[in-house]
Amino acid sequence: MDTYYNPADLAKFSTMGEEAPDLWQKFMAYYGAVFENGALTAREKALIALAVAHAIQCPYCIDAYTQGALEKGANEAQMTEAIHVACAIRGGAALVHGVQMKNVAKKIGF
Amino acid sequence: MNVNVTSPFSQLDTLESVGIKTFVEKLKEIQAFPLKSGDHINIMQINIGKVCNLSCKHCHVEAGPQRTEIMSQEIMAQCLQVMNDHQIKTLDITGGAPELNPNHQWLIRQATEINRHVITRCNLTVLNDKNYAHLPEFYAEHKVEVVASLPYYTQKNTDRMRGDGVFQSSIEVLKQLNKLGYGREGSDLKLNLVYNPGGAFLPPAQQGIEADFRRNLLDQYGITFNSLYAIGNFPVGRFLTFLQKSGNLQPYMEKLVAAFNPETVSGVMCRDQISVSWDGYLFDCDFNQMLNLSCKPKHISDCKAEDLNGREIAVHNHCYACTAGSGSSCGGAVV
Repeated sequence: MDTYYNPADLAKFSTMGEEAPDLWQKFMAYYGAVFENGALTAREKALIALAVAHAIQCPYCIDAYTQGALEKGANEAQMTEAIHVACAIRGGAALVHGVQMKNVAKKIGF
Repeated sequence: MNVNVTSPFSQLDTLESVGIKTFVEKLKEIQAFPLKSGDHINIMQINIGKVCNLSCKHCHVEAGPQRTEIMSQEIMAQCLQVMNDHQIKTLDITGGAPELNPNHQWLIRQATEINRHVITRCNLTVLNDKNYAHLPEFYAEHKVEVVASLPYYTQKNTDRMRGDGVFQSSIEVLKQLNKLGYGREGSDLKLNLVYNPGGAFLPPAQQGIEADFRRNLLDQYGITFNSLYAIGNFPVGRFLTFLQKSGNLQPYMEKLVAAFNPETVSGVMCRDQISVSWDGYLFDCDFNQMLNLSCKPKHISDCKAEDLNGREIAVHNHCYACTAGSGSSCGGAVV
């Protein structure tokens, strides 16, 4: 194995159903339903997925939802803004934990 | 081996070299082979020349300013005769930029005289040239339906595909067409726009992207239109070269195959139309024309109604682009 991440592996995703077909089918039925038009449009969901993909830094998901968002009619400006949302939440999450640092420092300090 | 898009054989070889189930096999799986045209042909689409003022990256015709192929008035007259003889109701004019054929207006006049509905496919920018600036009024006078290419509602995406300055130029022409009544509510002058993807991906659902175009063009430019056609990119001509050079050919073809929708097959455009090349040869569609996949009858000069109706349609792997997702045709989504 040259690398942990190989683009060709994305197409092998369904092999995860080989040992546990019932769980796989349930997951895929749920997954498909999640991304259908609902209270949110399929495009809005694709943009959320793209942002989450960047937050969790999953190369497979970034590949799939870059194409997915484009195929839902999104443009790069919208996709970039979605990634900034992920960035802001990740960065904000780090920063807001600074309050815990302050709490601890306050507790042990004079 | 790199595809030579000047050779239909090379293009077909390239499409065959991709490791996918062939389109013929796919049709056989759903008992739809051979694919046949309907009992009556309603549309004659004629490609009146490959010369164009633009050289778009997705163009299956490989059209551009350097091309010289132009349909003669004699071939146009033969097309009109066949339309008259066989009661073909709609003339769909394409190119290249059809406006650059000196007989374009003659063709429209003749077709409207025999009460045919005329569609002209337009890249918009050509109408900003002073030599063609009178055409919007001419189209309006003859009630010509204008189908205009505008791949996206933003400058960046449009210019990246069609060339610098194309978006702004297109917007100016759309405003002129609106002023004449084209695409306005209550007007019988039809203005339809054509979206196509900015690369190797499938078009979005037509209804959703139409709503985006409508909102953005109205809010930013005050532009209105009738319908938006979401058309896929076909692995033919310049787009085939792009796919191969960028390493996208195999994944794009796999994507088309994965998105094959059997429900689209009965509604594909070749079942309802005949396509004529600049030199009068007949094909099932404009894409087959560029791949030289001829049909019977072979030439407009030897065209009988009984040959057009129920004819066997020539198919190859590029046909997957017509059957992916909601399907794709010159009139947009199929289902």
